[in-house]
Amino acid sequence: MKLNKSLKRREPLTDTQLLLTITICIFFGMYFLAMAIWGGGFLRWQQVFDMLNNNAALIIVACGLTIVMIGGGIDISVGGVTALVVMSCIVHMNNGGSIFTAVLLALGIGVAFGLVQGYLISYLEIQPFIITLAGMFFARGMTTIVSLEPQKIAHEGFKQLMKTKIEIPLLGYTAKNGNLIPARMEIGVVVALLIVVIVFILLKKCRLGRQFYAMGGNSQSAMMLGVNVKRTRFYSYLISGTLSGIAGFVFMMHTGAGNATNAAGAEMNAIASSIIGGTLLTGGVGNVIGTLFGVLTLTTIKSIVTVSGLRDPWWQSITTGAMLCFFIVLQSVVLANRGKGGLKKMLPGWLKKPEETDAGKL
Amino acid sequence: MATNKKLKWSKYSQLIVPVLSIVLIVIFNLFRDPSFFSIEITTNNAGSTVLTGNLVSILNGASELAILAMGMTLVTAACGGQDISVGALAAIAGSVFVKVLRAGEITPVTIALGIVACCAVAMVFGAFNGTLVSVFKIQPMIATLVLFTCGRSVAYWINGGATPTVESPLITAIGSFIPGVPVPTPILIVVLMAILIGLLFKFTTLGLYTQTVGINQRAARLNGINTTGIKLVSFMILGVCCAVAGVIAVSRLSLINHETLLLDIEMDAILAVAIGGNALSGGKFKITGSVLGAYAIQALTITLYAMKVPSTDVKAYKAIVIILIVVIGSPVVKAKLSQVWKNIRSGKAEKEAAV
Repeated sequence: MKLNKSLKRREPLTDTQLLLTITICIFFGMYFLAMAIWGGGFLRWQQVFDMLNNNAALIIVACGLTIVMIGGGIDISVGGVTALVVMSCIVHMNNGGSIFTAVLLALGIGVAFGLVQGYLISYLEIQPFIITLAGMFFARGMTTIVSLEPQKIAHEGFKQLMKTKIEIPLLGYTAKNGNLIPARMEIGVVVALLIVVIVFILLKKCRLGRQFYAMGGNSQSAMMLGVNVKRTRFYSYLISGTLSGIAGFVFMMHTGAGNATNAAGAEMNAIASSIIGGTLLTGGVGNVIGTLFGVLTLTTIKSIVTVSGLRDPWWQSITTGAMLCFFIVLQSVVLANRGKGGLKKMLPGWLKKPEETDAGKL
Repeated sequence: MATNKKLKWSKYSQLIVPVLSIVLIVIFNLFRDPSFFSIEITTNNAGSTVLTGNLVSILNGASELAILAMGMTLVTAACGGQDISVGALAAIAGSVFVKVLRAGEITPVTIALGIVACCAVAMVFGAFNGTLVSVFKIQPMIATLVLFTCGRSVAYWINGGATPTVESPLITAIGSFIPGVPVPTPILIVVLMAILIGLLFKFTTLGLYTQTVGINQRAARLNGINTTGIKLVSFMILGVCCAVAGVIAVSRLSLINHETLLLDIEMDAILAVAIGGNALSGGKFKITGSVLGAYAIQALTITLYAMKVPSTDVKAYKAIVIILIVVIGSPVVKAKLSQVWKNIRSGKAEKEAAV
């Protein structure tokens, strides 16, 4: 009976919990280090909320990209779609549209991109990189066609919505004059976190989510086991497109201005965040919580570089690049030793799980 | 005999898509405005006779893209992935070139030195990308994302955050025209690079080995091919291509702007490889196809400019054409079309039989 019980222990599907753990540890390590060295802003909760406020759109985009990457694809149109949504919604609202129709417009653009790209990629079997690249070109070009000049939102109701912030007095700090300044969080952050939770449940508990993993791991065997691979792939791009539409709206709620270069490089930032969070571009492996921490880690690196006095513009991207390099090499080493027990051998004895020690093996 | 003919055809079948797209663009232009193809012989500011016209500007403008497409084809074939850092690497190489030239007087010797230096630097960075890909087994797109993120900043850093200029008739000769030669120099450089790479394939086994590694890496390794080395070499060749492209781009304007030098060219280069009929998942490749693809892209861009489309909007129209081309070239549509073709032919045959 005892043996049976130990066999019943559910083995994790992939070994990348380790990657996720490393990312989370590095994030907290870096953050605590920053608190210890520079103190100041890092000691306030507001810093955490600012990180979320500034990156709500990126988190949403990265969630969609994580799903696509788990399914073994890539979607680099997300940044362009976000920019297009921002510009169109602002022009729409400035010409007398309501917030409700703007939301519909944002969702509509996102879904349209998802539908077309998903159809071309999954049913016509064209390489995803080419199609989403063309999608990016199209979205960026359309953004300038909609309006070449930067636009500023003039809709009163939307301005009100932008100013609405959720205040959390408990996590606030006391200013010099004795006033309590509560921590402020934007509505976009709530949307982003909600999406993270939904995507997490989708990936872990729903049939569709498990099919994404199966398809990304090996689409051939997934098909033989009865997964409708084409439809599943189609859904992954549809979700990604829809999420970029939502991200565009959230981006607009944060900035309130449209510009042809909005969300420039968002696709690469999103890919980098997913990778730091432990998603593999080969597919079949990934976790949306990791993606969330990937975004936060990237942001923390950037703010640490700024705080530490390397103010020259080039340092930020050089350090980001170096960090990215560190993470991908780490991933590669971890994955190369997966299953060989090479990493477990490196651990000291007291850290090993009981059943892995000689006594446990019997 | 029939099979022989078929084999001969299948050898070139890969070139159908790029040739078709160029032909389509040409036909479109013929109908739109026949004067699009006129080539004029004019005298430029320097007083030498030069060729001008849309065709020349297509060939001239696509030079950097064509050179990058050559290297990108190799990397794609060997690794089954793409290098997205070529624009950033070209910016780094251009910065090194400018740095060397600004160290002293600009003479043919310093220019040669500068080219050698920037090729060497670009090869080192190429080897860095190659090491990440071949030794650490990271997908090329992710491995080159590192250089993509920080490459332009490194280029910025080399020249201390300025956008320096290099004014000299020698630099202008590289960027536009050598006095007395009516053809723009970048076109000549492309021809030179094509000959060099052609010779490389003719006299070494690189081409064959690259294909083998791309098709089946395990099989290649079991047959004694150094797969790591082949991948590394492909990235280093791409590095040299980036350096040459960077030098041309710097010479065109006689200055370097790290932010905008060959911006977004990585996407166009990958597109050129795809339009050239090469599988982006690696394996068989044809560099001719990629170069034709590069010219097709440039022809499309110039056509759009000639139609008075603003440069910021070109991307959207380009995207539509690209999607049309790849949809026509996609395996599913191809299979459907050939099925239809077969039906028509069998119908004909039946009719003939009936008669």
